[in-house]
Amino acid sequence: MRRDLVLRVLAQLLIPGMMLFALYVQFHGELGPGGGFQAGVIAAAAIVFYALIFGLPAARRLLPDAVVESMLAAGVFLYASVGLAGLVLGGNYLDYFVLSADSVHGQERGIFWVEAGVAITVSGTMLKIFYLFAGRTRDP
Amino acid sequence: MAVLVVAIATQRNLFAVVVMMSIYSFLMATVLVALDAVDVAMTEASVGAGISTVLLLGTLHLTRGEEAKPLHRPGLPLIVSIAVGLALTYGTLGLPAFSDPDAPIHTHVVPRYLSDSLKETGVPNVVTAVLASYRGYDTLGETTVVFTAGIGVIALLRRRRAGIEDDAR
Repeated sequence: MRRDLVLRVLAQLLIPGMMLFALYVQFHGELGPGGGFQAGVIAAAAIVFYALIFGLPAARRLLPDAVVESMLAAGVFLYASVGLAGLVLGGNYLDYFVLSADSVHGQERGIFWVEAGVAITVSGTMLKIFYLFAGRTRDP
Repeated sequence: MAVLVVAIATQRNLFAVVVMMSIYSFLMATVLVALDAVDVAMTEASVGAGISTVLLLGTLHLTRGEEAKPLHRPGLPLIVSIAVGLALTYGTLGLPAFSDPDAPIHTHVVPRYLSDSLKETGVPNVVTAVLASYRGYDTLGETTVVFTAGIGVIALLRRRRAGIEDDAR
């Protein structure tokens, strides 16, 4: 399967599109359907697709386990620090109004970072689970 | 979809079951689009039909492709599940009619979300506004759940691999 020319060419065409679509869903989530969770899953799906066509080692070179594992924690950390930022700036925990002088703009900023945190954790988790399952060999 | 459910329940080849579950997820996603829940439909299509199919196929690679013969008679579990199904169906009779504007869910906080969320958060997508802003704590909890699930899988599968290495030594 890894030497299949059609699949390789198709994957090279599709994967950039998938990544772009993930970013679109992430940043356009405030206007249209989608958001952090969906974007994270789509980005992870693009990497999984890459791993299916080019092999797991290639995907692991692209995104090493250490990176994926730190993504897992970094997303939650980012989300929680948005909450703490609200606390530091004089609001309640997860208050976005205080993040900017204009309260509506503060909301937008808070939602943006929170969604980014969700996306990072979700895609990290999906990828890590896939790596662990795909990396195991059949028990003798 | 009902045909698919029956086929999944009777089919003994697990590969076919995985493929049919993926089809079921796509059908479910179209149903959700028809119900105007595009965000949920997107999640269903990407997680249910995409990632989980890949994970199940990966698992299938590690196990055998045929379902094992059941060890117990299915009589008692069948009765229990039919009883629970009947009880749940009876429960749905008490729900308000579908898209009834006077239902409690539409009269509590929803009007405020629908009318004020653009003004208060500057975000046109009400789903995103509710998830990330009004229900920020819940979403933080959900993200933590995803994180915890990932950590759990890592802990379970990692230790196994280390054990094999220990045995080899």
